[in-house]
Formats: sequence, structure tokens, C-alpha cells
Amino acid sequence: MSLSKIKHIVLVLSGKGGVGKSSVTTQLALSLSLAGHSVGVLDVDLTGPSIPRMFGIEDAKVTQAPGGWLPITVHDADSATGIGSLRVMSLGFLLPRRGDAVVWRGPKKTAMVRQFLSDVFWDELDFLLIDTPPGTSDEHISLAETLLQKARPDQLAGAVVVTTPQAVATADVRKELNFCTKTGIKVIGVIENMSGFICPNCSECTNIFMSGGGEVMANDFGVCFLGRVPIDPQFLVLIETGKTPRYPEGTEVNGQDISTPAQEPDADGAVKETVLLVHKYQDCSLAPIFKTMTADVISAAQQTSRS
Amino acid sequence: MAPSLEEPEAVQDVLANPLKQKPQLVAPEPEHCPGPESEQAGVADSCAGCPNQKICAAAPKGPDPDIPVITARLAGVRHKILILSGKGGVGKSTFTCLLAHAFATNPETTVGVMDTDICGPSIPKMLGVESETIHVSSAGWSPAWAMDNLAVMSIQFMLPNRDDAIIWRGPKKNGLIKQFLKDVEWGDLDFLLVDTPPGTSDEHLSVNTFLKESGIDGAVMVTTPQEVSLLDVRKEIDFCRKASIRILGLVENMSAFICPKCAHANEIFRATTGGGRALAVEMGIPFLGSVPLDPRIGMACDYGESFFDSFPDSPACVALKGVVRELAVQVGLDGKEIMPE
Repeated sequence: MSLSKIKHIVLVLSGKGGVGKSSVTTQLALSLSLAGHSVGVLDVDLTGPSIPRMFGIEDAKVTQAPGGWLPITVHDADSATGIGSLRVMSLGFLLPRRGDAVVWRGPKKTAMVRQFLSDVFWDELDFLLIDTPPGTSDEHISLAETLLQKARPDQLAGAVVVTTPQAVATADVRKELNFCTKTGIKVIGVIENMSGFICPNCSECTNIFMSGGGEVMANDFGVCFLGRVPIDPQFLVLIETGKTPRYPEGTEVNGQDISTPAQEPDADGAVKETVLLVHKYQDCSLAPIFKTMTADVISAAQQTSRS
Repeated sequence: MAPSLEEPEAVQDVLANPLKQKPQLVAPEPEHCPGPESEQAGVADSCAGCPNQKICAAAPKGPDPDIPVITARLAGVRHKILILSGKGGVGKSTFTCLLAHAFATNPETTVGVMDTDICGPSIPKMLGVESETIHVSSAGWSPAWAMDNLAVMSIQFMLPNRDDAIIWRGPKKNGLIKQFLKDVEWGDLDFLLVDTPPGTSDEHLSVNTFLKESGIDGAVMVTTPQEVSLLDVRKEIDFCRKASIRILGLVENMSAFICPKCAHANEIFRATTGGGRALAVEMGIPFLGSVPLDPRIGMACDYGESFFDSFPDSPACVALKGVVRELAVQVGLDGKEIMPE
């Protein structure tokens, strides 16, 4: 059983698409790794896998070993900097061409989810994060079924539910919270993503998708509210181009000045960047926010495994 | 057994297998099952030794007998347009509603909106009909009316509580979509807009299968500018090509955000690879336009109001009008007539 050596399993869920499940999963993974934990990320969004792109490993191919698949290593554990290893598995790695559609009906998706849960050699992991597609359908039912059957109750820490603040999004996410209740998956907490946008030009904060909706929803359902994450275009730039985030002077997030002094570019005009994604992420304005939320997730997971 | 790294099932196979009632099986489908509803069921090589083999082989083969019923029901619908995107949260439902409002500004035009997003229906909220229920008469189910000439159908109308989760597997979702087409009294419509969930799965295959015979005008693709989103939309375009659904065009949503304080245009979802326009060129499909990110669109959706009526002068509204006109031209109508200046 490939899940046996995993300490905690955390699901990332949302009823709504495009609220940032994959980017939240990515950032949780990076933050957990920064905290020194070994992390695995499993992407079960079969028809739209985004995780390979998020970690910049789109070209990677999965290696087959007797009896299973080996996940892709993003980086190994490094005791000098205190980071834990980070490994990823996604359907994206199995596709011959990146633009190809995966047109699968339910039963096929169910079989794939089961296979992903049982046939990937994760080895020893502190945390396995499972990124899901939007909705409450085949993938989710199969995932819940398989996990409740095969994982030990102390392993299954629960679900982090992601939403955006506007009412249209929370309406769908409320359904997801009900799904968790019905299937008996514990909700670790709600993250409100895309809550406000700080203009890089004048550092004015605008609530594009309003603000506060996630917190209200969490209170309605009596679940923990993990926090608000603003929109940071620099994070997207980091993901898409690999540039270390830089902020203009006077940028404040949660009252903390995070502006970076302009760096001297190299002689050839570009800043040489060979550092790992996880180190570059430390400079992102979202890193401190996720650090706090990750701490909450860790303590929730540890509580579950103790009880 | 070692997991297989075989190529994913060919799309053509899935598309060629018409949707039928799944036969009652005695054991769960094995992993290499060709699909109990497929032509190969019970006779494929992989069926040897399966306890279901006899049942599958005996199941009726051939096209779904309900398809002619659907075609008859939709005979009065002039244009059927799908709104698709591989990616979630890019504004499919928002765009569907905006399009519906735009078409419905002409009191002579009747518009229908069908929400096939079973697990996350947003259309009723956006059109302000969230608390409606479905009435059943001898003629069929009557849709909810958001305006005198705007009919809406969604699973949300059937839920006892607003927040109830719909925990359904594929076949059940297909059944409901079929009912939406077969049992709903759509009547004479100028446009039927079909909003879809993200992805390329059961819902999309069903809509395509059921509507094929009565004719789909085409699909509008919605995307946001960043590559993470384009990646999924590319898959959706591939799906349309393989299912031979005409692509009417690509709309880029959430293009730029104008800071209300300093009027600086921010590319929040930065188009590092050229955005929607470049993808449209790459794929050889019409580019219908980009719509800037305007918080007021989201607000109008939350309150179920028409953005066109509430903020007619905003840049987003001007851009949307352009998109609607372009789309009308693609469907073979006069853009100026549909969306006057």
C-alpha cells in the first residue's frame, strides 16, 4: 500500500473552478517544504491538470517501476537550508502532448483516481496534498471512498476548502462543505483567495471580487477560517516565468512592509536565477501569509493523528 | 499488477460510443472495461472472463432512442450555442448571462439558458432567479423566467435547500441533462445558450451527443490571459475539433484591471505567452475580443442584475458589446441589429 508511509493526507477542495485550488496547493506545498516537512502533491484534476505547470515541470515524464509509478521530484530535502523534499504526481505527466484533451467518462476517471492513490511510490512523506478538480462528482466520490477505506483515520487530516469572496463562488463552495459533511471528511479550514488586489503602481488595495465572503461562510458552517490571500501578480509571474518577486517601495501586506530595494541587474541585463522555486517563493508577499496558514494546517493534522 | 502507462483512451472512441442506459451489472466494471454502454461491450478481448460479459453483450446496441425526441422538442430553437472552457472560474457563466442579457435586450428575441453545471450551478444566482422552482405540466417542465423573454433551466431549481451538495457520478448527470433537453418545454427560442462545467467529461459528451442531430451552431470558448488557463482551453479546443463542434470564437476575459485610484492598467493574470489572441491565431479560430476585469461585473452577478443595464458606459460593457456583435456575425446574423450602438 503506497499510502502506508504517509503521515498526514490533506485534500484541497472547492466547489467552484478557478478559485485557486492549484495555486493554494502549490503554496501550501512550498510552505510545508520550507518548514522542513517532506511533501507530496497528487493532482487528480484529470481533465485539466495544472500542477505540472505550477511547479515548472511540464516536460517531466513519470518513471515506471515494478508495481507502481515514481513521482517527479521537484527538489530533494536539503538539511543545510532546512527544506523538506517535494515530489509531484499528475496525469499531466502521462499525456503525450500538452494540448491533448483527456475525454474520459466517470468510470474511467474513478479507476484512474484509485490507481493514483494506490500505485504511486511516495515513500516516506510527512504530508500528501491532493489537488482536486471543481465539483462534487466522480473524482471526489472516488477519492472520498478510497481514502475512507484505505487510509487510516489518523492519516486523513481533512480538507482545506478554497473559495473567492464573491457570493457566486461561495454559493458553490457551500455545496462542497456539505459534501464534506455528508462523506465524513473533516474540514481543516477555509481559505479566502483573491481577496483584494494591491495595485503595484500606487499600492492601493481594491477588492475586485469583494472581500469577506469566505469568512462569513466559514462562520455559517462553524468551520475554521484560515485566512485571506490577496491577489499578487508577482506570484503568477514567479510561476509563469520563474522571476523572483520584487515589490515597489511602500507595498504593505497585513501591515508589513515587504518592498524590496531595486536590485542591480547583472552586466548582461538580467538577474541570473538558478535558485530553486522554493527559495524564490520566500520573497513572495504571499509566503508569510501561507506560513501562518500552514502552521494551522500542521497543528490540525497533528491533532487528528494524536486523537 | 504493475500500472499501465498506456496512452489515454482515444477521444474518437468515446465520442463514437453513443450514450445509452448502462446495463445492470453484477460486478463492478474492471479497469480495462471498454464501457458497458459501448459498441464493444461484451465482445471486446478484455471482456473475456468478466462476470458481466453476458449482460453487456445482450444489452441493446445502436443510437439512443431519445435523441429523435430531443430533436423534436428543440425544433423551435433557432440557434444553439455552447459556452465552453477547459478551465474553471474564467467566466463561462458570467459570459453566458451577459450574452443572454444582450440578446434579450430586443423584446422580439426569446432566449433560453440551460445550465449543465450540475455540481456548481451559478446561472440562477447570476440571473436573479435563485429561489425559483420548476413547475411540471402535461406539456413538460416549465423553465424559470428571468425576464419576459429569458428562460432559465438549472438543477438549482430542484434542490430542497440552496446549499445542498449534488454528489452525483457521471451517468446520473447525463440523465438529468437529457431530461433538460427532452422534458423541458423550451418552446420557440431564438437562442439556446448552454453553459457547461469546466473540463472535458460526461456533461460535455452528453450535450454533444444529444444535440448533434438537432444541430449546434457552435461553441464559444472563454479564457483568461495566463498560460495556466490557456493550457486547459487548448485541450477544450482539441475536444471540439475531435467532436466536430464548430468553434465560433475565443473570448479573453479578465484581461486587464484598471486601478480605480491611479487608472493604471494592471495585467493581473498576465499573458506571458500572448494571451487569448495568440492562442486564437495559433489554433486558427476567430478572436472575439478581450473584456477587462471590472469588479462591477462580479457585483452585478452577485445581485442577479444585468450589467448592461446597470453600467452601460463602462469600458467592460463597451468591450462586451463588441464581443456580442462579433459573435452574432459568426452565427450568421447582423451584429448591429443584435447589439445596436
